[in-house]
Amino acid sequence: MAHDEDVAGSERTLYPYVTGTSVIGIKYKDGILMAADTGGSYGSTLRYKSVERMKVIGKHSLLGASGEISDFQEILRYLDELILYDNMWDDGNSLGPKEIHNYLNRVMYNRRNKFNPLWNSLVLGGVKNGNKYLGVVTMLGAHYEDNHVATGFGNHLAVPILRSEWKEGMSFEEAVKLLEKCLLVLLYRDRSSINKFQIAKITEEGATIYPAYSLKTFWGFSAFQNPGQFAEGTW
Amino acid sequence: MSSIGTGYDLSVTTYSPDGRLFQIEYAAKAVDNSGTVIGIKCKDGIVMGVEKLIASKMLLAGSNRRIHSVHRHSGMAVAGLAADGRQIVTRAKSEATNYERIYGEPIPVKELADRVASYVHLCTLYWWLRPFGCGVLVGGYDRDGPQLYMVEPSGISYRYFGAALGKGRQAAKTEIEKLKLSELTCRQGVIEVAKIIYGIHDEAKDKAFELEMSWVCEESDRQHQKVPDDLLEQAKEAAKAALEEMDAD
Repeated sequence: MAHDEDVAGSERTLYPYVTGTSVIGIKYKDGILMAADTGGSYGSTLRYKSVERMKVIGKHSLLGASGEISDFQEILRYLDELILYDNMWDDGNSLGPKEIHNYLNRVMYNRRNKFNPLWNSLVLGGVKNGNKYLGVVTMLGAHYEDNHVATGFGNHLAVPILRSEWKEGMSFEEAVKLLEKCLLVLLYRDRSSINKFQIAKITEEGATIYPAYSLKTFWGFSAFQNPGQFAEGTW
Repeated sequence: MSSIGTGYDLSVTTYSPDGRLFQIEYAAKAVDNSGTVIGIKCKDGIVMGVEKLIASKMLLAGSNRRIHSVHRHSGMAVAGLAADGRQIVTRAKSEATNYERIYGEPIPVKELADRVASYVHLCTLYWWLRPFGCGVLVGGYDRDGPQLYMVEPSGISYRYFGAALGKGRQAAKTEIEKLKLSELTCRQGVIEVAKIIYGIHDEAKDKAFELEMSWVCEESDRQHQKVPDDLLEQAKEAAKAALEEMDAD
């Protein structure tokens, strides 16, 4: 993506090519849970069906990404190097989620100031020394922390559900149930989502990314029967 | 002293009439005065140990490290000027990350040693540079198994089964030669290296020292790491016990 910056008339990422859709993250009793589907869209074509969009970063963090997949892979390379240089000190210290979140924020903001953004919304979750951390960085370098976050379409469709149903100290089962509720709504209403999901968990003990699975769907709702009925100009 | 170089020892870019480069020999001398550094290749990995001479009793234990990690799978032990060593380590780290960025896999130990040697050698080619006053051991584990290299101030680098640098190198080498390296595990190797370093150290004459050790082996998941604290303690105890036994005889 990155071309020679010094040459006048150089090109930048003007639009994303292969993209992933929403990522959802919530805090629960033991740590952070994250969920995303495994789709990679080429424009509006569902081009790739098993893209892992959540990765473990170092010892204490989990990163989920929506947006340009190749930019996400680039970010993973940066982080790999960051963690490597940290490990080479061999001093028993390690970067926690807070540091990683801040690093990502600097990278994203720096790139947007060069008018060459990394086209992603990133969810960073982690646990270190008993502190749960959950935050978002956008392609513009905007960042925030919250008890529950979602990117892309999830910001519109999942966040309202999370706001009304998320509670402090949810059990793993409750939390997964809530995530699945959000994923199902997204599956119904976000045309670029697919019915193949992964859930990832990070606790003090470490991170687990679970194998992909599907949710049971029901398309018999009357509102689904004739979607164009009351919407003039559609088909 | 006044006659040794006889005018041919001020520049690395001027040979003496009999074909020597005195500046490089002086650099080697800086290495020879250093605390002893030992590296051995065991059957399952590499063990490196340093007799780190303590400049002051007020220093925090563990400061001024002489063994550094380079990437995940290799490390370097430095004899001679510690600050020069850090310069080499920094270069080695950047060579290693560069390699992985380009080829997508960790740098082979041979390649790493060659690149480090080239860098060290480069400093012997220009009058405005000073050769590094340190020798380094490069130990690592790649798909060809564990390997140990030594790079000297001249820029020469060879692969070894066992290598030693610094003040006690001669005695250390004779001790290493007695070991059955092809049958030794790293866990045993750590203890042997500790014994050698404690054995060479002359308590009456030399400064106080701290034993610094690292390994890359199956047990460390082929990662270069400091030897775990409990094993290091165990090795020190064994070394001290061996010393006392010798004194008793």
